[in-house]
Amino acid sequence: MIPEMGQFALALAWALALVQAVLGLAGAARGSAGAMAAARRAALAQCAALVLAYACLTASFLRIDFSVLLVAANSSTRTPWFYRLTGVWGNHEGSMLLWALSLSLWQAAVAAFSRSLTESFRARVLGVLGAVSVGFLAFLVLTSNPFERLVPMPAEGRDLNPMLQDPGMIIHPPLLYMGYVGMAVAFAFAIAALLSGRMDAAWARWSRPWTLVAWVFLTLGILVGSAWAYYELGWGGWWFWDPVENASLMPWLLGTALLHSLIVTEKRGAFRSWTVLLAIGAFSLSLLGTFLVRSGVITSVHAFASDPKRGVFILGLLALTVGVSLLLFAWRAPRLSGGGAFAPVSREGSLLVNNVLMASAAGAVLLGTIYPMVIDALHAGKISVGPPYFETVFVPLMVPAVVLMALAPFLRWKRDALARVLRRVWPELIGALLIAALGVWAMNHVTFGAFLGIALTAWVVLASLRLLVDRLRQGGAVGLAARLRGIPGSWWGMWLSHLGVGVFILGVTLVGALEQRLDVKMMPGEAAELAGYRFVLRGVSEVPGPNYTAQRGELEVWREGRMLTVLAPEKRAYFRSAMPMTESAIDWGVFRDVYVSLGDPTGDGGWVVLLFYKPFISWIWFGAIAIAVGGLAAALDRRYRRLARRMASVPLPEALPEPAAEAVR
Amino acid sequence: MTARGKRLALILAALALLGGATALVLSAMRENLVFFHTPSEVAEGKAPFGRTFRIGGLVAPGSLERLPDGVTVRFAVTDTAKTIPVVYRGALPDLFSEGKGAVAQGKLGPDGVFVASEVLAKHDENYMPVEAQHAVDQAQRAAATLKP
Repeated sequence: MIPEMGQFALALAWALALVQAVLGLAGAARGSAGAMAAARRAALAQCAALVLAYACLTASFLRIDFSVLLVAANSSTRTPWFYRLTGVWGNHEGSMLLWALSLSLWQAAVAAFSRSLTESFRARVLGVLGAVSVGFLAFLVLTSNPFERLVPMPAEGRDLNPMLQDPGMIIHPPLLYMGYVGMAVAFAFAIAALLSGRMDAAWARWSRPWTLVAWVFLTLGILVGSAWAYYELGWGGWWFWDPVENASLMPWLLGTALLHSLIVTEKRGAFRSWTVLLAIGAFSLSLLGTFLVRSGVITSVHAFASDPKRGVFILGLLALTVGVSLLLFAWRAPRLSGGGAFAPVSREGSLLVNNVLMASAAGAVLLGTIYPMVIDALHAGKISVGPPYFETVFVPLMVPAVVLMALAPFLRWKRDALARVLRRVWPELIGALLIAALGVWAMNHVTFGAFLGIALTAWVVLASLRLLVDRLRQGGAVGLAARLRGIPGSWWGMWLSHLGVGVFILGVTLVGALEQRLDVKMMPGEAAELAGYRFVLRGVSEVPGPNYTAQRGELEVWREGRMLTVLAPEKRAYFRSAMPMTESAIDWGVFRDVYVSLGDPTGDGGWVVLLFYKPFISWIWFGAIAIAVGGLAAALDRRYRRLARRMASVPLPEALPEPAAEAVR
Repeated sequence: MTARGKRLALILAALALLGGATALVLSAMRENLVFFHTPSEVAEGKAPFGRTFRIGGLVAPGSLERLPDGVTVRFAVTDTAKTIPVVYRGALPDLFSEGKGAVAQGKLGPDGVFVASEVLAKHDENYMPVEAQHAVDQAQRAAATLKP
């Protein structure tokens, strides 16, 4: 009964999404208050229906109902309950349901928390989101029904892919999906702006917090995915330029460009067409990512099933979205031109360069990711584009972006002189170069890459500190505490995120320069040395788990005659699949990780053991967390809420002319 | 300079930046493309020496052996028509086993042994690496066309 209820709820959600799309868009076009209010209620109802559908699927998993195909294929009686809970999205159908649920949660949030939007604008946003929902729910119902029954019911299920039986898997997909799908909100705001012709400072202020929150989710989702790959795959790497990773990086890059372009639209009324284009691009790349991951065109842990029908369906949705929105853009964008003029050396100019670099980086990653697929589809041979390509392209594009990132907050709007700014920050510039020279000398690792990385970090950190000091010097007679409180959330957000980028770069640089790896055969009782650490293999023993049997190694880690810890990496054999699974063991530290994983038994009682020394790898995660927290701080800026209230009390005419928009600001 | 002139200069600068980025992308692409060759192609001498490429197919049954150092392995990759010996130093992926699909990336040595720097296997026991499947399909298609 429960699966049927879920299926019914899913179909109902589809119908409600259709109602929402039609009433939202038509209601706004005709100015019908009743239709617009109904669209809002449809969005809330659609969300309720999807929550119900999702709850039904979860209940089927928790009750171990093998009469549901999905449950039988992705869990077993021995799977622990929490992995049955996450097993819901550890497969194609369930993860698409989660996708649809995330989208409906965003829609409900827009419906509930956007009192400040004009009625017609909100109806248009909900209408566009409803249309996206219609497409995806149709995809679910027609090609990927999660509630399909299995007759006859098997006595035991096939269990969840062992690679997905991990705590990282509990949070990675929901975070990432909230990010991917959140880009749909930015997209809907852009389309609604094109439809209504209204795109002013107020529009940017509405749009920006939503975009920020989506971007924060995306950042955290990528972070967790990267950390998961680091400790779960047992190879010690944290980023592989795998197509699936690239699929999440591309919308992140364009989303970053969008956030910065929105600032200019908000403060100066410029970059408006460009902002719309970035919003369309970021969402299109999210869809492309979904296509890459879900269509089975690539082999990866994420490609659960390859059904060509599904790939074609998503590709169709993608083509429709991109086609319709670009047509609309071509038709309406001329209305959006204009905005404040500015000189090349100015805050606007620096943000424009940031946008060009971010978009170029996204384009380069896109090319490297889909080129092999296009060549393959044309039957022109099989090729692959490896990490060297991405590194060669990515680093030269990001270096000027980071240099500029730290410099741009010192620049004035409209017009500035480079000489004025350089006079202010030359001590920081020189200081950064000195620190980098000292750093590579102290590490005894003199390479251009290490020098560059440390110089960039030092520059970002020093410039950020200088920025804060300068900011605190302003503010006249009030005390320091009052001045600190007086700094708005969006400024703190910018500051923290930029600082996070510096920390991240330091992590990447130092782990790249100083990491050490040793693949070694060890007999029980034998020792191996790496980077001043001494590893002693006590032995390998068989240990039972709930749904697997593990070979667990015990390695003592010694340094300077003292035993630090005992690491226990495992090689697991899961009952229901023939698939062995490496579980690495890590001694986490702020300044270094010591990472051990078991390779293969050598047949004579010995084991191949992989030993890694990973200095500063945690700084990669710290940096990413700072970037995300900064984004959140900016999204919570009082300015957005205060302005929202003011806007609500004074309804603006549609398509505010530019001088009036200036006045409102 | 007029406002119009400045805007034009800005656009030109942005275009120059974009052009530079494109040039960078294209040159990096040309240098770092990794081509895939089936064991049959390698046996026919179609694969380049001294350049990194990928080879894929099934791990020939009975071919996997571990050298005395315990870490270096030898195995052979076959597309059912031709078989190429591979040597690799390091831990093999979890799902690497004889008779199953695998893809190796590396260079062909002068002795005809493929020196792998990276070995990829499947992520899930049910699926075959696309490239490995492709190699076997090619060989079988070739065999089918030869027979009649």
